[in-house]
Amino acid sequence: MKYSGLALSIALATSVSATAQEVSPTAVSFTDGAVAQSLSGVAGDAAQGRMVVGNKSLGNCVACHEVSDLDDVPFQGEIGPPLDGAGDRWSEAELRGIVSNAKIMFEESMMPSFYKTEGFIRPGKAYTGKAADDTFGPLLTAQQIEDVVAYLTTLKD
Amino acid sequence: MMKLAGVAGIFLVGFFGAVAYADPAEDTLILNEDIKMVTKTAAPAHLSDVMDEVYSGWLFRGTETRAMQADDFDNPGMLFVEQAEGVWNTVEGSEDKSCASCHGASEEMAGVKAVYPKWNETAGEVRTIEMQVNDCRENQMGAEKWGYTSGNMVNMTALLASVSRGMPVNVAIDGPAQSVWEDGKELYYTRTGQLEMSCANCHEDNYGSMIRADHLSQGQINAFPVYRLKNTKLNAVHSRFKGCVRDTRAETYSAGSPEFIALELYVSSRGNGLSVEGPSVRN
Ligand code: HEC
Ligand code: HEC
Repeated sequence: MKYSGLALSIALATSVSATAQEVSPTAVSFTDGAVAQSLSGVAGDAAQGRMVVGNKSLGNCVACHEVSDLDDVPFQGEIGPPLDGAGDRWSEAELRGIVSNAKIMFEESMMPSFYKTEGFIRPGKAYTGKAADDTFGPLLTAQQIEDVVAYLTTLKD
Repeated sequence: MMKLAGVAGIFLVGFFGAVAYADPAEDTLILNEDIKMVTKTAAPAHLSDVMDEVYSGWLFRGTETRAMQADDFDNPGMLFVEQAEGVWNTVEGSEDKSCASCHGASEEMAGVKAVYPKWNETAGEVRTIEMQVNDCRENQMGAEKWGYTSGNMVNMTALLASVSRGMPVNVAIDGPAQSVWEDGKELYYTRTGQLEMSCANCHEDNYGSMIRADHLSQGQINAFPVYRLKNTKLNAVHSRFKGCVRDTRAETYSAGSPEFIALELYVSSRGNGLSVEGPSVRN
């Protein structure tokens, strides 16, 4: 049973139309897995991004990735590669693409798509086990993605 | 490691080389200093293209949790087995019968849990042991059905598992059960929810690794029901399935649903050859 993508994208388009600069999750344009254009039109805040990466109820990236810079966050996972040096290995556009929808850069990746609202099988209402309703939105907001990208670019070896 | 194909060189050498994988423990489970359990064995033939060995979840838990399961006096799950033993011998329902009236002592059921879920020819369906228990209650005892994951039910499945401990899981996947097994397999590999994860993502591709604070096992069900230190009660297979599906930010299936029955048959078959271990202890 697929989520009705059409209804959802309409709901989202109206809810974000207030912020003129924002690119909606269904309108993101990928080139070789990278996204050149800022999703929010507002420069990312690396300190804010650092918080999103470590926070269990936001990015929770450390569930799968170790980040030495976040040594204050306990229990870092080892499913994906450590993010140390990610800012050397990838350009800003590539990082934006990976965080928005990693499956375009890495086929079949286990990494969740943080800026995507369509094409899910049995999407739920967060962690309730119930079906998604009209509050359904991407895992992170456009600005949170920009903040995370700004933080990742600071991770240099 | 198929998923890394595109960038394999960089990642494997640059990063994975440095990651310390937390392997299953090198340990042997001897129950009550008597029964030697098979917690690690050659994968069943149907898994040969994805893994060589299957491991009980016991091998992925800490030293203390493992020790608790090795001795019935230390295993809190055994208190619920005792309660179920009382119920086993209690007459209930319009037919004035207890489980014991038909089956004798609970030990007579040794071997039964090892082959469930199982095709029932008369009913023309694959039955979990819960379904069979409720069929006995309704049609043999004239008693009310128990809720699928109710206390009485999970306790009874713990009693039935306990008398089969040490026997190899051996569910049949051919014949009339095969199409249900195929459905279960499909569910196992379907990436559900907003996080788009399948059972295989965690329990086939990444067992042995840490996901946040959790040490991922193969998600085997030979040791169910499990007593969890976290909620201090026995937990049924379908409750665990629900929890894992919910954690993918998905709409879950319900306990006792055709989907979870199929998934249970399939996941059981991934553990064919491991010892029946329930009730086990987990964190
Ligand atoms: C459930 C696991 C999981 C989560 C959660 C996750 N990732 Fe990943 N990530 C992966 C995996 C696995 C890879 C390796 C690429 C692949 O799948 O082939 C990866 C790759 C990456 C890469 C490129 C690898 C490199 O060179 O550093 C970056 C950057 C990245 N992730 C950032 C993030 C950020 C930021 C978040 C959170 C907002 C996040 N990831 C959450 C699993 C995850
Ligand atoms: C996001 C990761 C994730 C996904 C997806 C997932 N699980 Fe789990 N599962 C866990 C974690 C973490 C645990 C607790 C540690 C362990 O035993 O692996 C667990 C435990 C289990 C256990 C208990 C094993 C034991 O010995 O106590 C079973 C059974 C199980 N999972 C089955 C499944 C099935 C079936 C699916 C798919 C429907 C699934 N899991 C999907 C993360 C996951």
